[in-house]
Amino acid sequence: MSEAFRTASGGRIDRARPLSFRFDGRRMTGRAGDTLASALLANGVHLVGRSFKYHRPRGILAAGAEEPNALVGVDRGPGRYAPNLRATQVELHEGLSAESQNRFPSLRLDVAALADLAAPLIPAGFYYKTFMWPASWWAKLYEPRIRAAAGLGRAPSGSDPDRYAQRHAHCETLVVGAGPAGIAAALDAAARGGRVILCDEQAEPGGSLLAETRATIDGRRAADWLAWALGELAANPRVTILPRTTAFGYFAQNFVALAERVTDHLAAPDPNLPRERLWQVRAREVVLATGAIERPLVFPENDRPGIMLADAARTYLARYGVKPGCRALVFAAHDDAHGAALELAAAGMEIAMVVDLRATADGELPRRVREAGIAVRTGATVTGTRGRLRVHEAHVGSVDADGSVRGVEPVSCDTLLMSGGWTPSVHLHSQSRGRLAWREEIQAFVPDGTPQACRSVGACAGAFGLQAALGLRHRVEGDPARGGGFAGAVPHDRSPGRARAFVDFQNDVTAKDLGLALREGFRSIEHVKRYTTNGMATDQGKTSNINALAIVAAASGRKVPEVGLTTFRQPYTPVTFGTLAGMSRGQLFDPVRTTPIHGWAEAAGAVFEDVGQWKRAHHFPRPGEDMHAAVARECRAVRASAGIFDASTLGKIEVVGRDAAEFLERIYVNAFRRLEPGRCRYGILLNEAGFVIDDGVIGRMAADAFHVTTTTGGAARVLAMMEDYLQTEWPGLEAWLTSTTEQWATIAVQGPRARAILAPLVEGIDVSREAFPHMAVREGRVAGARARLFRVSFTGELGFEVNVPASEGRATWEAIWEQARRHDAVAYGTEAMHVLRAEKGYIIVGQETDGTVVPDDLGLGWAIGKAKRDFVGRRSLSRPDIVAPDRRQLVGLLTRDGRTLLEEGAQVVAMPDPPPGTAALGHVTSSYRSEAAGRPIALALVAGGRARKGEVLHVPMPGGAIAVEVVDPVFHDPKGSRLDG
Amino acid sequence: MLLIRCPHCGERPEVEFRHGGEAHVARPEDPSSLDDAAWAEFLYMRANPKGWHFERWRHEHGCGRFFNAVRHTVSDRIVLTYRSGEKRPDLAAIPGTERP
Repeated sequence: MSEAFRTASGGRIDRARPLSFRFDGRRMTGRAGDTLASALLANGVHLVGRSFKYHRPRGILAAGAEEPNALVGVDRGPGRYAPNLRATQVELHEGLSAESQNRFPSLRLDVAALADLAAPLIPAGFYYKTFMWPASWWAKLYEPRIRAAAGLGRAPSGSDPDRYAQRHAHCETLVVGAGPAGIAAALDAAARGGRVILCDEQAEPGGSLLAETRATIDGRRAADWLAWALGELAANPRVTILPRTTAFGYFAQNFVALAERVTDHLAAPDPNLPRERLWQVRAREVVLATGAIERPLVFPENDRPGIMLADAARTYLARYGVKPGCRALVFAAHDDAHGAALELAAAGMEIAMVVDLRATADGELPRRVREAGIAVRTGATVTGTRGRLRVHEAHVGSVDADGSVRGVEPVSCDTLLMSGGWTPSVHLHSQSRGRLAWREEIQAFVPDGTPQACRSVGACAGAFGLQAALGLRHRVEGDPARGGGFAGAVPHDRSPGRARAFVDFQNDVTAKDLGLALREGFRSIEHVKRYTTNGMATDQGKTSNINALAIVAAASGRKVPEVGLTTFRQPYTPVTFGTLAGMSRGQLFDPVRTTPIHGWAEAAGAVFEDVGQWKRAHHFPRPGEDMHAAVARECRAVRASAGIFDASTLGKIEVVGRDAAEFLERIYVNAFRRLEPGRCRYGILLNEAGFVIDDGVIGRMAADAFHVTTTTGGAARVLAMMEDYLQTEWPGLEAWLTSTTEQWATIAVQGPRARAILAPLVEGIDVSREAFPHMAVREGRVAGARARLFRVSFTGELGFEVNVPASEGRATWEAIWEQARRHDAVAYGTEAMHVLRAEKGYIIVGQETDGTVVPDDLGLGWAIGKAKRDFVGRRSLSRPDIVAPDRRQLVGLLTRDGRTLLEEGAQVVAMPDPPPGTAALGHVTSSYRSEAAGRPIALALVAGGRARKGEVLHVPMPGGAIAVEVVDPVFHDPKGSRLDG
Repeated sequence: MLLIRCPHCGERPEVEFRHGGEAHVARPEDPSSLDDAAWAEFLYMRANPKGWHFERWRHEHGCGRFFNAVRHTVSDRIVLTYRSGEKRPDLAAIPGTERP
């Protein structure tokens, strides 16, 4: 019969709306309003998973976010498989398809359960101790096997087709948790007139009120009061109620992250909706009303299917109309377990007995249990259970004053309900950097102040009961006082070496494991946690932390507060990567910067490389060419005729103002005051420590205006540095800095035919050798576009750089290309650019420099304005280490065999077979095959390098040392006669 | 994410800002007059307090201005921000610095 354990009436489910779903392929029905867990229980299914380490059969323990056992995978179609969801939080919808995890071939028959038989052999720390030797087996044998056996659930395959949204929100009051305390706080905050956000992780707001059957509030039944209160809040336009929304992280200044699950509960969601939404809320005040989590009791074999938290069982009955079984044994250390026994008995469930760990139990609820004719055995404990896939028997004995157990008798039952009292959910309070205080009478930590504008109310503050949650503004009747609480392992008469009383269900940590960790010398709870993995599963120990603490405290003769609590971290419950990433994925993960000429390069078949966020054309292969062939051809063409190159990514800064020259004079090593308008200079930028951090050509456009170029990667950094000095060191200087990187397209035309290519396109500038010398800049028009034309060379050939407004970049490039083709010129990419400059010994900042290189090391001492009194970094250039003669200097290296290409980054030493520990003389910074030199060439930084020219050094490599000769770093046209074409 | 009050723009989220190191470390007027030890002191020696710290921030993705902030390095609480160039305030006179 379907839904055999569903009651005839009651609960908040919609009995008129049956829903069909599948679990491990088996078809069942539930009702609208069910969770997967309640629907499974309604069908009599307790066995829902296998434990992580021992593969023990496990059932549903809880009814909320704390569930450690009932982890399932939910399949919503291709790319939409979500593992490790708590069945207690998965809302049922028509056609839901879920599967159990960590079992093979099936949940009922799992071969890996053999691990359970071997359990005495695999205690805590087993892996650390066992797989120590031989060491070589670790990478090849042990780790792959352990990895294959470990892990929980399977990762989805394929990319996630869903969309995830992110929102920012601000409010006066953020209330986390819509139970009675949260709703009362939201009503108060709304009455004060501010903006209120009330979020709750469940589908329906209400918290414990959703399962409250006996109490009345302000004269109404709890369910009616809840409906009234939610109506009040919903009618207020300044209140936002967010169901299915978990506050998972609490950050500085009341910044709280919420994850809203928008569509997972729908059978056919609107495709326009995002799957989940991340709310980033900044609240003036945060009210935490996160409730409390019921604590399991730690007794031998407390993990069998059918063993549940007592209030969870009551919740399944009251909220979902589900009886968890036929005959229950109740194991209580708190009055609430008596209350659960009463309600379940009233619904027709047989209560075999209430076993109360306490010596006396005479509160109102235990009294009513006795009046109902249910046997209550106080001062008693459960010493073990039987039943493979479902509990069918428990052993009950009495505890003597000395802790010994006697008179053990079997009690048959198909359900065992336990309660060790309540643990306030202080996770978010702790994340707010709040302090905690231990309260002995409830055996729990409660909030004790936080530096943020945040307060905890209700059960999460240790204020239990409806009246305490609602406060004095609301009158509660019929909610009897309850008390109790126990943390730690209960006494039993079993062999301590064999009895397994589980503390952390999800990671299979037993009381014995914790004791072992202590005996092995672990004292700090943080170390015990990591060694045993207690509290380190996906549930972060929601049901286990306090029991573990109490066990460690008892075993080490300390009090719980002395042991301390491990840190609570975000997220409270797992959050999908999709929610955290939001729109930042694929194309939107990181901005892509392209130049105005990008489309042309794409059409020309360029191979691109990433340079920061820029896409740059690396080379332009012709059909049949590999990279080397293409680069070699491009290099030959530039030296023989010409090449055109997209240099638009170069950083550009417009420096203008009365003191622009003075400013640059102070920033760069070069002299700028006497640079005439229409002239350029190669500028070198140091930091205050004297090290080269950027370079580029700077042109003086007018007395008070400079066109500064920087390296592609350094543009933002250089502008920030300039702003820093201008604003904070020399605020008196009148200069303005504007980034113009994206405003100019820059086209380099290099090669002996460069002038012939450009001349027909240039208007208003005399480009003759006499009128337009090397390192000059002119304004005019190129191919009709307003242009700044530089006469500069980064190849050693006659060269120009055409700067036109970005909007004209593509057309200008195409016009130049038309001319270039007539001269057999080529378009060349960044690799050819690198080779051509290396042949001339021109440096690249970041390749020849590494933040420890000064201008003289690079042979660039000539650029420094000798008459200048000061510039950034100048003082450092006279420090003793900087003027030492054995500094690494830029040299060229040629391999002796004339064929071998060195590896960039390879070390340079004096002897071919250096003993270990030999210090390197330097390293290779650039290495290329050179068409111009007809052999491989390399640049290197070598100690005292300039004085070593002609020496043979060695580059040790795995295949043997490579002999190299130290040469001048200029491999091509050392006299510079080709600059004028 | 911190909220930081830019003295020019008002409160903005931390992602708009960039930290700029210790404040009130002025570059010497005439570096060449400093001996190596004094220059090294300026280059490399910075306060690293556990407690209140005067530091520079730049509203990089906003007005672009540098300014100074008084921040507690343990709690991250910022009690004061002020324009660069203004005199370093007396810590004891800043309200809110009596607690972290």
